[in-house]
Amino acid sequence: MDSVILRTATRYLLPLLLLFSLFALLRGHNEPGGGFVGGLVASTAFVLYAIGCGVKSARELLMISPRRLIGVGLLVAGISGIIGLLASGVFMTAQWSTRDFPVVGKLGTPLLFDIGVYLVVVGVTLTIIFALAEGEE
Amino acid sequence: MNVLLLLPILIPFLTAVSALIFWHNRAIQRRLNVMGGIAHPLAGIALLVAVWREGIQATQIGNWPAPFGITVVADLFSAIMVVMTGLMGLIVAVYSLGSIDARRESFGYYPLLHTLLMGVTGAFLTGDMFNLYVWFEVMLIASFVLMALGGHRQQLEGALKYVTLNLMSSALFLTSVGILYNLAGTLNMADLSVRLSNGAVDSGLATVLAVMFMVAFGIKAGLFPLFFWLPASYHTPPIAITALFSGLLTKVGVYALVRIFTLIFVQDIDYTHTLMLIIAGFTMVTGVLGAVAQTEVRRLLSFHIISQIGYLLMGLGLYTELALTGTIYFMVHVIIAKSALFLVSGIVQRVAGSYDLKHLGGLYRARPGLALLFFVPAMALAGLPPLSGFWAKLALVRAGLETTEYLIVAVSLGVSMLTLFSMTKIWAEAFWKDRPDPDRPFAPLRHRRELVVPVIALAALSVILGIGAEPMLALARDAAAQLLNPAGYIEAVLRGAA
Repeated sequence: MDSVILRTATRYLLPLLLLFSLFALLRGHNEPGGGFVGGLVASTAFVLYAIGCGVKSARELLMISPRRLIGVGLLVAGISGIIGLLASGVFMTAQWSTRDFPVVGKLGTPLLFDIGVYLVVVGVTLTIIFALAEGEE
Repeated sequence: MNVLLLLPILIPFLTAVSALIFWHNRAIQRRLNVMGGIAHPLAGIALLVAVWREGIQATQIGNWPAPFGITVVADLFSAIMVVMTGLMGLIVAVYSLGSIDARRESFGYYPLLHTLLMGVTGAFLTGDMFNLYVWFEVMLIASFVLMALGGHRQQLEGALKYVTLNLMSSALFLTSVGILYNLAGTLNMADLSVRLSNGAVDSGLATVLAVMFMVAFGIKAGLFPLFFWLPASYHTPPIAITALFSGLLTKVGVYALVRIFTLIFVQDIDYTHTLMLIIAGFTMVTGVLGAVAQTEVRRLLSFHIISQIGYLLMGLGLYTELALTGTIYFMVHVIIAKSALFLVSGIVQRVAGSYDLKHLGGLYRARPGLALLFFVPAMALAGLPPLSGFWAKLALVRAGLETTEYLIVAVSLGVSMLTLFSMTKIWAEAFWKDRPDPDRPFAPLRHRRELVVPVIALAALSVILGIGAEPMLALARDAAAQLLNPAGYIEAVLRGAA
């Protein structure tokens, strides 16, 4: 689809959506949000860009292949479990920082797990949607 | 030893994930595949040794105490199955190097293979009904894709049947899990065992649920009369995948049956386990009769998977220590023998150009080594001494005689004869008779090392398991004793819980 309005709007929406996805990700531990929702919002940003400017430039914008993103995300989530295994001897036991950080509060392995989920969701969604869009072209 | 319990799950996970990250680099994927393939059985063996020395191992994921958290637990039976999974994974991983085409490799064959292995291992190690469902799904989704990967028309047709039937079984499984949770208020297997044995749940309802689970797992295990998806789909994917499926997937169904019918549903043994014996008999007979009519090697062997499942179920139905020993030993034996037969038939196809017995022949004269590699697992499957199948069947038959279930003993012996007949049919047609069109020369075998070494390893294991049966039988006996006395399992899982 070739639309100047969509292309221009996307340029403004993309950073906003990505920012919002990070917000949803960080908010997720105690309130509604989390890696899954955040990941979906982030992939919407790229899908919008793909509709406005073509799948090829969306892939270039993403820089990393969506399939590889799935692998990286799974690895990050796996590592969050392994940290618990190494630190306390039990897989997936949450490990928390002792002091608060500005904005996000306490950091811990559940956040790492959520980041993994975020990356997997972006990877899976974009793998599917890019493949479908390219099939159509 | 928490790490040991998780390593057999984490190793295939990390292998699959790293292979996914190197999606575009087949060379690295192949290397990762071998490394993961070697590490997995080693981790399994370490776990088995730990369980053997220190008793049942359990850990609570995330340190949430049982019965609220997810328990990962290994008794001897689980550990034996984990070792077998790792072993089959290694065998198939090596065989795949020489037999899977570049196109499948570049579309994620190796990540899927190891995801499948992770699902199977997880199912063997979990101590939670819902988690079992999740591992089943991990395994099934990986197997769906593996079955359809390549996209040949015949493959898609097989995959369609496979997916539909397995989804129905999953739906039934999930429904039963829901009802079970509503009745018992827990899904932790050890906790369920406690609650169902102290009369907290109406025993009539429990029996209904037991039968629902029997149907759900029965579809996955390929029991009579729910097996028809198996011969309709197993011959369609590449032979390495068929071998892996035949070795592991139906066995997970049987494992789940053994687990829940020794740990959870033991209130009405007269009813449930007798029903199981009847099904076992029918499964054996229909499987072997179906095989007799086939001339396509892979389809013939697929029907034999079903009849062998009948033997596994027979041990569970008899429900004595000797019978369960037989089932466990039989499981190890049949995984090895069956996969070996599939892998050999893959080599036969490469050499002689066909899976069809009508077009095969003359292999004994031209390739005596290959003939021997077929002969050993085939005779093991038929149950000829001194190979592994003989001891497995001997234990089951003796258990049947001790419990005076003469009918099932007679059936199992008859089916054994027919299995022997079936194996000699392949032998006579593919190896013994003259080649029907002598003008077509045999093809030289490419990738000889990757293809032949795994089969030799399996054949050797079958011989070792037969000649040195005593230690393995002792191990199986201890595993059976643990199954029949769930107190140890419950204690290990609920230790520290109020």
